[in-house]
Amino acid sequence: MRDGATRRGFLMRGFAGVATLALAGCDSISQQPWLDPLLRSAEALTKRVQRLFAGDHALAQEFTKADIAPSFRANGTLDPGTQEYRAHAQKNFTDWRITVGGLVEHPLSLSLDQLRKLPARTQITRHDCVEGWSCIGEWTGAQMAHILALAQPKEQARYVVFYCADPMTDSDGDGINDSNFYYESLDMVEATHPQTLLAYRLNGQDLDIAHGAPVRVRAERQLGYKQPKYVKDIVLVDSLEKIGGGKGGYWEDQGYNWWGGI
Amino acid sequence: MTIASEPANDHAPRGPWAWIANFLKYGANSDSGDPKVWFFRHPLFVRITHWTNVIVLTVMLMSGLQIFNAHSALYWGYQSDFDHPLLSMVAMQNNDGSLKGITQIGSWHFDTTGWLGASQVNGQWVVRGFPSWATIPGTQWLALGRLWHFFFAWLFVANGVIFASLAFYSGHFRRDLKPKTSDITGLPTEIAHHARLQFPKGEAAKSYNGIQRLTYFTVIFIIGPLIVLTGLTMSPTLDTAFPFLPWLFGGRQSARTIHFLCAFSFLLFFFVHIVMVVLSGTWNNIRSMITGNYEIEQTGGRDA
Repeated sequence: MRDGATRRGFLMRGFAGVATLALAGCDSISQQPWLDPLLRSAEALTKRVQRLFAGDHALAQEFTKADIAPSFRANGTLDPGTQEYRAHAQKNFTDWRITVGGLVEHPLSLSLDQLRKLPARTQITRHDCVEGWSCIGEWTGAQMAHILALAQPKEQARYVVFYCADPMTDSDGDGINDSNFYYESLDMVEATHPQTLLAYRLNGQDLDIAHGAPVRVRAERQLGYKQPKYVKDIVLVDSLEKIGGGKGGYWEDQGYNWWGGI
Repeated sequence: MTIASEPANDHAPRGPWAWIANFLKYGANSDSGDPKVWFFRHPLFVRITHWTNVIVLTVMLMSGLQIFNAHSALYWGYQSDFDHPLLSMVAMQNNDGSLKGITQIGSWHFDTTGWLGASQVNGQWVVRGFPSWATIPGTQWLALGRLWHFFFAWLFVANGVIFASLAFYSGHFRRDLKPKTSDITGLPTEIAHHARLQFPKGEAAKSYNGIQRLTYFTVIFIIGPLIVLTGLTMSPTLDTAFPFLPWLFGGRQSARTIHFLCAFSFLLFFFVHIVMVVLSGTWNNIRSMITGNYEIEQTGGRDA
C-alpha cells in the first residue's frame, strides 16, 4: 500500500481500450514510413490462408442457451446521442429505414417490420472483441444473403459498406460526438455467409441502444469492430478507396486491419 | 573462495583478474590450466535459426504484451467471466489522484504499482497492464501492436518449420534433442551436477546433457507448437475452419490464457538459458553459436 491510499479510491479497470491509440508518442521506429507498409504486407497473406482453410461457407460454432452470458458486454458507442437518433428511439424506431443501394439492380428501402418478415436466422454465437474478450449471445436477424439477393448486386460489386448512425468525432468540443459517423465493410464472401445477419434481437429481446438498436450486423467469423451497430444505409461498391479514410472502416482508418478474421 | 588456496598449476595464470577472464570465457568449473580441444558444435542452420528466433521472439513477446494490455485480464472457458478473471491487472485512484496498480491472481491481490496495472509513460502515470518499456509500441496502441505481432508470427512459424525440418533431416533431432529414458531416470543426478556447477568436460561435453535435451525438446517441440496453436485458436475465422481447436483448449479464452502462459514459459526459459550460458562459459558459448566452434576441456571435470 502506498501512503495516502484509501479504500474509497475507485476501481479503474486496466482495460485501456481501443480509444487511446492516438498516443503515438516517442516510438521512433514505429514512426518510420517504411515500417507500416512492411508490417501490413502480412495481412493479405493472412487473409488468403485463412480463407483457404475456412472456405466461403464454414460456420462459426453455435452454442446452447445454457452458454449465453448473463450480461452481454456492450462496447464502442453505447448511445449515438444525436437528436435524430433520439427521435427515432422515442418512436421505437418505427420510421427507421434501412436502404440498400450502390451497385445493385434493385435498390431497397426496408422498414423494421419489412426486415422482420424476411427469412430470419437465430444463432447462439461467440462474439470476439479485438481487445481480447469474448461473450456468447443469441442473435436473431435477417440473413444478409437474402437481402442482397433481393437487391441483386451488379457484377462489379466487391464490397458491402455499412453506414451507421453513431458519430465518432466531437467537432465542436462540447463533449458530444457529432460527426464522422461509424462505417464498416465486408467483402461479398463474408456478407453472404449464412451466419451474416442484420440482427434486430439479442437474447430474445429487441436490440437495446447499447447493443446497436434497432439493427446491427452480425458477421460471426470476424472480430467485433467488423460488425457495426445502428445500421442505416448499405451500399455496394467496387472499391473502398473513395469512402471515408479509404481503408474500409472507421477503425481501419485509425490503423486497424481491414481483415478482421484474426 | 580464493584462488590462492587451489592447487598450484604450472600453466595457469594466477590472480583474481585471470580467474574472472577465465570465468567469462569458460565458466564456473573451468580449470584454466586444462588442455582444450576444438569441437564443431552447431551446424549453420542451428546458428541462423537460433539468432533469428532471438529477434522474432523478442518482438512477439513485446507486441503480445501490447495486445494483452488492450484487455489486461485472463479467463478460462469459451467466454470472459468479467467478474471472475483468473488474472487481471487493474488500477485504483488514490485520494491525491495518483494511481495504484493492482495485480490479481485467483483470490490474491498484489500491489504492483509502477510495474503492472499502473505505471509511468513519459512521466505521466497511466492505467496499463504491462509497463511501457515491455511493450511494442511503448504507448497504448493496439492496432500497431497487432501489425507487429501478426507479421512476426509468420516469421516465427517459418523459422520454426525450417529448424524442425533440418533438425529431423540432418539427424540433429535424433542425435541431440530427442530425450532418452535415462534423461528422466538420471534427472536427480543431473540436477545435483548443475546445482554444484559441475558442467561436462571431455567426451561428455560433445553432446547435450539430460536436462538440456529435456528442456530444449519441451521448449521447441511442445511449447513452440502450443503457442502457435493457441494463437490460431483466438482467430474467429480459423475456429470455423478448425472447430477442434477451441474444443482442444477448452475455449477461446482458455486458449488465450494458455498462449500467455506459453509466452512466459519462453521468458522463463530465456532467463535460465542466459544464466546457464554465463555459468558454463559466456564467450565459449556465444562464440559456438556464432562460428559453430566450441572449446572443450579435456580433464579435471565430470566425464560421463
